[in-house]
Amino acid sequence: MKKSGAEILIECLKKEGVKHVFGYPGGVVLNIFDILYDEKDIELILTRHEQGAVHAADGYARASGKVGVAIVTSGPGATNTVTGIANASMDSTPIVVFSGQVPTMLIGNDAFQEADIVGITRPCTKHNYLVKDVNDLSKTIREAFHIASTGRPGPVLIDLPKDVTAGSGEFIWPEEVKIRGYNPTVHGNKYMINQAAQMIAQAKKPVIMAGGGVILSEAAKELREVAEFAKIPVTMTLMGLGGFPGTSKLSMGMLGMHGTYYANTAVQNADLLIGIGVRFDDRVTGRTNAFAPNAKIIQIDIDPTSIKKNVRVDLPVVGDVKNVLKELLKSMKELKDQQWSAVRTAWLKQIEKWKDERPLTYKHDKNIIKPEFVVEKIYEATRGEAIICTEVGQNQMWAAQFYKYDHPRRWLSSGGLGTMGYGFPAAIGAQFACPDKIVFDIAGDGSIQMNIQELATAVINKLPIKVAILNNGYLGMVRQWQELFFKERYSHTHLDAGNPDFVKVAEAYGAAGLRATKPEEVEPVIKESLKIKNRPVFLDFVVDWKEKVYPMVPAGAAIDEMIFDEEKEAGKEKKLKAVK
Amino acid sequence: MRHTISVLVENKFGVLSRVSGLFSGRGYNIESLSVGETIDPATSIMTIVTTGDDQVVEQITKQLNKLIDVIKVVDFMEIDHVEREMALVKVSPRKEDRTQVLQLAEIFRGRIVDSGPTTYTIEITGNESKMNAFIELIKPFGIKEFVRTGKVAIGREGIRKTK
Ligand SMILES: Cc1ncc(C[n+]2csc(CCOP(=O)(O)OP(=O)(O)O)c2C)c(N)n1
Ligand SMILES: [Mg+2]
Repeated sequence: MKKSGAEILIECLKKEGVKHVFGYPGGVVLNIFDILYDEKDIELILTRHEQGAVHAADGYARASGKVGVAIVTSGPGATNTVTGIANASMDSTPIVVFSGQVPTMLIGNDAFQEADIVGITRPCTKHNYLVKDVNDLSKTIREAFHIASTGRPGPVLIDLPKDVTAGSGEFIWPEEVKIRGYNPTVHGNKYMINQAAQMIAQAKKPVIMAGGGVILSEAAKELREVAEFAKIPVTMTLMGLGGFPGTSKLSMGMLGMHGTYYANTAVQNADLLIGIGVRFDDRVTGRTNAFAPNAKIIQIDIDPTSIKKNVRVDLPVVGDVKNVLKELLKSMKELKDQQWSAVRTAWLKQIEKWKDERPLTYKHDKNIIKPEFVVEKIYEATRGEAIICTEVGQNQMWAAQFYKYDHPRRWLSSGGLGTMGYGFPAAIGAQFACPDKIVFDIAGDGSIQMNIQELATAVINKLPIKVAILNNGYLGMVRQWQELFFKERYSHTHLDAGNPDFVKVAEAYGAAGLRATKPEEVEPVIKESLKIKNRPVFLDFVVDWKEKVYPMVPAGAAIDEMIFDEEKEAGKEKKLKAVK
Repeated sequence: MRHTISVLVENKFGVLSRVSGLFSGRGYNIESLSVGETIDPATSIMTIVTTGDDQVVEQITKQLNKLIDVIKVVDFMEIDHVEREMALVKVSPRKEDRTQVLQLAEIFRGRIVDSGPTTYTIEITGNESKMNAFIELIKPFGIKEFVRTGKVAIGREGIRKTK
């Protein structure tokens, strides 16, 4: 029996197990939306902006491990997705975006609401398609989901001209996907893995650096086994948080520009660095020629292009992190007479010393709310069990530093692209994926205004998302750089005067609004918000605008050239000047 | 170092822009690029000449391999191979030089593919050094127009350079 293109699309989504789709309608996708009108098994969630739809699909994917889906119209609908797609691409999130397109006959004519979205998104998708024939539709969708979710995951866009969704064809679901140019290497080379085990056995000061790849390949358990078996301390990149328990004794927290003193110091002193599912982003490495100067580097990643891209690598292992770690554990166990604990004692002691020397702290204040304090209180109130989404800026760094992530898929943050406006729609996606979980968006007063319209989406769907705005009245992270590197010339970073009353904004949308202006109000406000189960809450925390994120590695410095709060106060700004 | 890279791709629309976009987007340089269908009309081969140190070229080949529409990438640096390109040169020599031009073309096994009252168009094929030598020698006679195809390359049978 023949089906319309739109029907075929929906059938394909069902075959892929899709339950939720985030989207926004328009002229050329009317056929699809018309089918969705009666559809029982797939729910379309109307966001209030296409960027929101893509971030929501992204948040859904990160929280659930499934492919996130968005459907938008052509032209402006499609171009509005670009930030969301680029964001998913940088952070390797599996999403499939369907964009409407003008009828094939009109493509290239500058037709009404035509945009060459395949051309525009070519560099920021893992792959993209323009479907010109309704009979290619199911095969294309099958391929798209396969490409998005396998290998190093990423966004795939499918452009659907109106005549394709309106036209009719046979629905044939291809049981198999075969793409001759696409065969990710999932099993690591056995010889290399044995080598890695040898290197680990010989190392006196090894460090594991775990990234987003651990989470994407569902390898948290395997990572833990390897680290605990061989007694290796673990640091995580921003994307890797939750890939290893933040409360474990072996955890050194995050490394990099705002990493912990002990993580950065350990990396710089290590004799072996094992990068697992990381791509050595510059926010992590600092000046690359001074990165891990004494260490041999092992890199395990499914994406060959990530290996040796930014730093030298002594032993590459291309493969799926989970598989490789399983094999690595086996190889390590085969090494006879290896005294894993004995050889590590000194090193682990040294790390404990560094932890004691300079723990991650801030100065609590009785009169003014410190943003770090808010994050700590959220951690306590949710017992570390919440899904934490973040915006970008200081809020994001404090959320990374002061909340401890023990499980994967509980930390959703825009790492590679650093997209302000990501967190709130991502929280919406996460709440759909995990209806029973507490979902927080730790936000800045600047970032939240980038997708604040999604309040409507959260309200209408009765999502009890908590948006904790660390309201410092500034584009705080930029202000921090201006203070430290631009002679305190605060060019266009002041927001306070233009900021709305966030409580009233929330209330205007039908959400709840709460505010804390004093430290003693923080905990009660958080507890109050946790009682609200049927609508979103904005928590407006009026925080100390002077607070800065420390430690900090200035751009272009080595990661052990960290500056700390005290140093700045003691007038030790030499380092800063030298770097600038 | 200069590398000649051969890329077997799906013969679909948009593939050329994926490949060229990869080079421009990552700041790699394309010296020449030639594309043509293979015997199987479902695939094409792109021959790309590029320069970069070992690390850059390694990234280029890996990035190319990562494109879904790319089936196979061969860096001829590691392989004994034959390279050819073709150029069409329109020269307008002075009357007294015309025979010399014809001789020169002959020495280089060029063919006259068009001749007019004031010009000859010479088709010349060869590897890079031959092409360059010919161009240098013909220049003084007055080149009016010049087009070249970009390189194509093919491996020799069974012999692998030991590195
Ligand atoms: C879309 C976008 N535009 C600009 C930036 C640059 N940027 C990075 S952090 C930041 C400030 C964010 O301010 P706010 O949300 O208030 O967070 P805070 O740092 O104050 O916690 C800006 C402008 C960005 N990351 N994303
Ligand atoms: Mg702010």
